[in-house]
Formats: sequence, structure tokens, C-alpha cells
Amino acid sequence: MGGLPDDIWQPVRLTIELAAITTVILLVIGTPIAWWLARSKARWKEGVAAVVALPLVLPPTVLGFYLLVLLGPDGPGGALANLWGGRTLAFTFAGLVIGSVIYSMPFVVQPIRNAFAAIGDRPLEVAATLRASPTRAFWTVAIPLARPGFLSGAVLGFAHTVGEFGIVLMIGGNIPGSTKVLSVAIYDYVETSQWREASILAGGMAVFAFVVILTMMLLEKRTARIRG
Amino acid sequence: MKLLRLVAIAGAACLAAGNAFAASTNVAVAANFTDAAKEIAAAFKQKTGHEAVLSFGSSGQLFTQINQDAPFQVFLSADAARPEKLADSAPGVAGSNFTYAIGKLVLWSKAPDAVKGEQTLKDGKFAKLSICNPVAAPYGAAAVATMKSLKVYDNLKPKLVEGANITQAYQFVQTGNAEVGFVALSQVINDKDGSRWVVPQNLYAPIRQDAVLLKKGADNEAATAFMSFLKGPEARAIIEKYGYQAGERS
Repeated sequence: MGGLPDDIWQPVRLTIELAAITTVILLVIGTPIAWWLARSKARWKEGVAAVVALPLVLPPTVLGFYLLVLLGPDGPGGALANLWGGRTLAFTFAGLVIGSVIYSMPFVVQPIRNAFAAIGDRPLEVAATLRASPTRAFWTVAIPLARPGFLSGAVLGFAHTVGEFGIVLMIGGNIPGSTKVLSVAIYDYVETSQWREASILAGGMAVFAFVVILTMMLLEKRTARIRG
Repeated sequence: MKLLRLVAIAGAACLAAGNAFAASTNVAVAANFTDAAKEIAAAFKQKTGHEAVLSFGSSGQLFTQINQDAPFQVFLSADAARPEKLADSAPGVAGSNFTYAIGKLVLWSKAPDAVKGEQTLKDGKFAKLSICNPVAAPYGAAAVATMKSLKVYDNLKPKLVEGANITQAYQFVQTGNAEVGFVALSQVINDKDGSRWVVPQNLYAPIRQDAVLLKKGADNEAATAFMSFLKGPEARAIIEKYGYQAGERS
């Protein structure tokens, strides 16, 4: 990369780290939520589904401000930070992870939920008649069948976290190496009229987004072929 | 169809009335001037009948939008450089830029006895100090200049957290995430609690906030009236009340 400032790589690395960690956490906590949403008969199920989907409609500034309060010294985040001698989780990488997990949750939970719902009762009933315990049926039947859902959830969650901007701007404090991710770096370059650097980063992100969307479409096509 | 015709007639009547009595103008306002601008717009409406529709953002952002043909007719910036650039280029009206307010920088904390003048900066007994982006925002540049004048910048640098604009820098302190922060006096003028130190003007270059008339507003009576209203006694009184020094007189 000719003539690029060195500090361009730090936000790239940081962004990939943030997106990877967020995706892993979301797969771990999103899967049981998706399973419950897909299988439960509870009346208030859709209420929970709506709460999970809220970040889709809440403006990031609103979410960002609530997070500032929650992560701050007077909120639970401050109590958590106290454990290792901090005052607040704002301006920290951990704070960004918490914000991203909340913000990207619908993108991971939704595809997995749909995949679980698409399996239907039958395969699990068959597993039960063959004396598989519910846990075993979940791991050996449900998870493999829902694999395309996990793939799209992971790809979407990752991509959405990479593109996240408003919340990071609100709770990050723009600290190089710990909270200055790609989207904020681009914003910074634009704000300070460094159009060349901004264009390079934005162009790179556009290519990345294109690849992600293309991958998603190819995955869908393959799934359709297998199912069809 | 009758209803449609009625609506059309009513609409036309409204438009005609609007042109005859009062016009409206779109004003882009730097974030730090938010509250003062709202009050000025209300006084402006009361006096002239014209409506000033305000849009808030960081000066840099608004400047970029104006250069990209945004539909603003007047621009109240947080600096002097951008209105000057606009007045000298296509989007602005040459020679229309003037200083409407001079901003005052303040070191502020939510805690009642946290800020005790410049000593607070020299002691550095805090984990985080919030400022706004020094390259993009004038108040950020003034904060850095103040720390450099007091020779505490190098010590405090690791503790700095940056808001994208002055509103965010204030939010960091308001929510307690940063114990202290450099904000605009105008933001905390009504905060009775907390502690503050109004930074002496000799520690940083004056934060001149200039206004400029844009070509889109050159023929709009409301836009030109708003520009002159800014220099008038009513607006100047409001500007002072919000913790700025008033700029040019009419």
C-alpha cells in the first residue's frame, strides 16, 4: 500500500478483532435464545423476539446514550470495571464488545431462529423414538440441519459489527488502539478533510461488504440446491 | 374530486399567504450553539414573523454538506475559517461572513468540588478527561492549546477521551464516564451543580464563531433578515446570556 499512513492498519486490526469476538459471543448466547424462540410455546415469546429486534429500529444515538449511562460509574458497567480497578467500561474495548453484542444480536438470532423453525418437529421426534436424549438430538440433529442458519448468522453478525458506527462513536471516545475502529477512523478522516485516506478505507469496506453479500447469496443458493 | 380541488386551493392560499407575510429559512447551526440558536429563532419569529428552521451538527459536517449542495441558506459555524472559505467560494455570498459570538471554554465536572482552577489540570487526579476532536472542532483545539499553555498536555495525553463534537464531549462528563472535561460554557450555563473553571482567554486563541450567508439564501428575505437580526440587540442579549461574548453589532 503505497504512501498509506501506518495508523491505518491499527483500526483495521481492531475492527476485525471486535467483529470476531462479538460474533463468537453472539453464537454462544444467540443459539439458546434462537432455539427457545423457535420451539417455545410461551405466550410472551414474541415479546422477547421484539426486544431482541429493538436495535434494528432504535437510533444508535439513543442506544449509545443508554449504553453510556449503563457502562458508566453509576451503572452496572462501572461496577464491573471496578473488579479490575477501572471506573467505567466506556472508552474500553470491552465496552465496545458489549455494545456490539447488543447491536448485532438480531442479525445473528434471526437467521438461526428461522433455521431451527424450518427443521420442524419431525426430525426431533424421530431422534426421540431412536432413544436420543433431547440434548443429543439437539447436537446431532438440530445443529447440523440448521448449519446454513448459523453460517448466515455468523457472516451477518460479523459484517454488521464491522459497519457499526453510531454506537462506537458514542461510547468509544476515539482512542487509537482500543476504540478507534474502522468506521470511526473514516469519520475522523472526513472530519479533518483527509479525503484520500477516507476514500481508501471506505473503498476497502465497500469491497468487503460486496464480498459478504455475494457469499451470503451463494450460500443461500447452495442451501436451496441441497434442500431442493 | 371536489375535495382535491379544495385542498389545492387551500394549499395555494397558504403558499400565497406565506410569501406575503412570512418566509422561512433553513439555518445550519454548529452543535455548541444549539440552545442559544433555538431562543434566537423564537425571538426572530416573534419580531419578524419569519421562521428559521434549524439543523444542528458539527461545523465540519455541515461545511461538507454545504459544499455538497445541502439546502441551507445560512450557516452559523463554531469557527471563523469555514465561513471564510465558504464566502470565498461558490456556495457562499462574498463578504457576508461576520463574527456573531465568541465562545468561552470551561473545564467542567459533575462532582461539586472536582474542578478547582488550573490546579486540577496540574494535579491530574482523574482517570479520564474528555475533549472534542482537536483537528475538527475549535473547542477541541482550544482545549489542547490551554493544556499546552499550562504545560500539562504531555502528562494528560494518555487520559484524554475524544468526543466527535462538543455535545459528545459534554455527554462523557455528564454521564460520569469522564470525571472532567473541556466543554463550552454555553453548555453548562444552566447546570447549577457540579464545578467549573472558566478558562482565562489568554490561554487559548479566541473561539470566534462566524456566520455566513449562502447563495441559496441570498434572495430569501427570511435569510437576510436572520443575518441582520443576529447583530441586533435582542440576539446579542441572548448570545451573552448563553455564555458567549457577543460579536458584531448592527
